[in-house]
Amino acid sequence: MSSLADALAHARAQGDLKPLVAAIPYFRFLGLEAELRDGQVLARLPFKDTLIGNPMLPALHGGVTSAFLEAAAVLQVLMSIETVKVPRTINITVDYLRPGRAQTVFAAARILRAGQRVANLSVECWQERDDMPIAAARCNFMIADSAS
Amino acid sequence: VREDFEAALRRVFDAEVPHVAALGISVEAFDGRCVVMRLPYGEELVGNPETGVLFGGAVSTLIDTACGMGVIAALETPRIVVTLDLRIDYLRPALSGRDLMVRAECYHVTRHVAFSRALAYHDDRERPVASAQGSFILARDSTRETSGLQPGAVPRDGGGDGR
Repeated sequence: MSSLADALAHARAQGDLKPLVAAIPYFRFLGLEAELRDGQVLARLPFKDTLIGNPMLPALHGGVTSAFLEAAAVLQVLMSIETVKVPRTINITVDYLRPGRAQTVFAAARILRAGQRVANLSVECWQERDDMPIAAARCNFMIADSAS
Repeated sequence: VREDFEAALRRVFDAEVPHVAALGISVEAFDGRCVVMRLPYGEELVGNPETGVLFGGAVSTLIDTACGMGVIAALETPRIVVTLDLRIDYLRPALSGRDLMVRAECYHVTRHVAFSRALAYHDDRERPVASAQGSFILARDSTRETSGLQPGAVPRDGGGDGR
């Protein structure tokens, strides 16, 4: 059993996402954190200088925001759908609503449909107020376990 | 003048944008409205430890950076550009251990918005890993007298960023 499968089993059994987040190198690179609240993943990205895209403002890089939204969606799929593999992104569309400031960002995803092969999610991220999202995304993931 | 502009852009994108530097993204080629950039493969950027494939979000950053720079390249006078939206389609799996290239083109510019498209690939542009399309808001031209009006496409909720 791989460490990823172990981490996934642990997260599903205990509701503790730390080992799962740690098993995905890019999540560690970003410094992403996540917890489970009533089956809902709340992802958190503490600010650090290496996330800056515009040093003048300073503002988060749009790519960081996009990656964080996608990461929150991936974690929600892993916690909600019986799959043993990291879902493959088919596509993602991000709307940037407000500048990402030099502070912690939060994200939560909602599964709009989980089919046999494809899951569609809506994700939002915010900073000070959850009714003022800084960005929102829609994404589709391939969740079939067989090669397809 | 154009060469100065290009040199300045290279400098900004190579070293002065912390997240671009953290990913090791570099400008490979620069030609009018087209920009080619490289994301070196790095194990810390992997999204699936079982396959060693980069996380999509790292590809998003590469594409967003190249598209934004393509817009700046297409403008007559440099202005700050802000991503309004970006859609990425993953066409085939990226390969583990291989650098990723992106070629972005700004194909239309209006007064307030510019439109870009991009393809990401390893070696062969005919076999892209991802395709993307995005729109970018142009910050008001600081060299001209501007009214207090903001582009209408952005929510106006105090403490605006001048988009």
